[in-house]
Amino acid sequence: MKATSLNQTHRDRKAKMVDFGGWDMPLHYGSQLDEHHRVRSDAGMFDVSHMLALDIKGETAREFLRRLVANNVDKLTQSGKALYSCMLNPEGGVIDDLIIYFLTESHFRMVVNAGTADTDLAWILARRDEIAPGLEIIPRRDLAMIAVQGPEARAKVWQVIAGSQAETENLKLFQAVFFDKYFIARTGYTGEDGFEIMLPAVDAVEFWNALHAAGVAPAGLGARDTLRLEAGMNLYGQDMDDTTNPLESGLGWTVELKSDRNFIGKQALLEKPVKQQLIGLILLDRGVLRSHQKVMTHPDQNEGEITSGGFSPTLEQSIALARLPLSVSPGDEVQVVVRDKMLRAKVVKYPFVRNGKILV
Amino acid sequence: MSIQNNLKYTKSHEWVRLEDDGTATIGITQHAQELLGDMVFVETPNVGRKLKRGEECAVVESVKAASDVYAPISGEVIAVNPELESTPEKINQDAYSAWLFKLKPENAGELNNLLDYAGYQKILEADGD
Repeated sequence: MKATSLNQTHRDRKAKMVDFGGWDMPLHYGSQLDEHHRVRSDAGMFDVSHMLALDIKGETAREFLRRLVANNVDKLTQSGKALYSCMLNPEGGVIDDLIIYFLTESHFRMVVNAGTADTDLAWILARRDEIAPGLEIIPRRDLAMIAVQGPEARAKVWQVIAGSQAETENLKLFQAVFFDKYFIARTGYTGEDGFEIMLPAVDAVEFWNALHAAGVAPAGLGARDTLRLEAGMNLYGQDMDDTTNPLESGLGWTVELKSDRNFIGKQALLEKPVKQQLIGLILLDRGVLRSHQKVMTHPDQNEGEITSGGFSPTLEQSIALARLPLSVSPGDEVQVVVRDKMLRAKVVKYPFVRNGKILV
Repeated sequence: MSIQNNLKYTKSHEWVRLEDDGTATIGITQHAQELLGDMVFVETPNVGRKLKRGEECAVVESVKAASDVYAPISGEVIAVNPELESTPEKINQDAYSAWLFKLKPENAGELNNLLDYAGYQKILEADGD
């Protein structure tokens, strides 16, 4: 199994380790619930070094990305600005969701999911050969990535990285800057403020331990999942994959169809009728919503499915994202098939939680 | 690994305590709660339900997953732990005091089919824990 540079550090902290897409990663360090609450109320940190950063270098970088991804990199005009996007196949299915940072006209940086990194890289290299031969695509496995998240996250990072406050306190959301050996981005996957920080993998343990000493709680993939679910953020492989339409996966806001730009998958999206939507559910009865449970919007008709579900530590009840017909609206009540029972759930608009506040 | 030696166990990680009045108290083991992580929901059988040995009769759900609980022996459910509805985390705090339900055994002889302390420990070692 693959291991990040922090693997031994997690083990020393008695993390419960799991296989996550071929990576040996911490699920939690004792209590997933405690870690979740720490991020909502204070500051937690996640080792996300299993994700892959790719540097895209060359004069044709922007033109290549205009074709490669569904969101429009022309929105990126200021150095350091980030864009969330899907990368689609010609059928309009989602190969991966990713973030692209614009650094200079000849240098963009992309971050892709761990589980899809190999297929992404093969796809990107093949498209590069067709569209932009000569463009350099450089996997950065020499970098570690640590997400520090929570209302106190930025202040604690400033405490640890001397001199970083002046350079990063005016960073807007979805903006990044190089500082010393760090690449510091005001992004995240929790619905809280904070930074995602790349640094040389060889320096990761020292940085992690310094953050820990500053009071940042190590948090595992378990808390990362419940935090992102509350924040209404999609998880690749659950809420969308290479067979699902991004417009039926709550990702319409990331697909730029208005310009005459011809990105891969665009034609298929324009031709396919959109019949479903990703929408939120709150369980009204006792139990826990889980992915793949059937949702009935009318009696005796399996009309939808939960894509991500779980117990929300902030709401103290079960919540889910579900793919349901377009006829369903917030406020409706639906039934979810949980084992041998039909449980009632209320349809809501997500996110469920942002910046420590319940929104539903 | 915490195992109590006055209890009986199953391969599916339930514990059984035979009480002085002849009833049996059932819960899930420390090992099971560690595997599952933070508990968030417990569904217990209805009082009066007659269970067959090996039957699915309760569900414990953690932040991670739902896990079925199987009846270690046959019998009628005579009580369920009312605390677990609002505080399922009691299982994480002490798996051997946070019992799930009590049975009136149909056939006390079935208790002999259960594992003792040493037998259960062997199962855990074989699982690599």
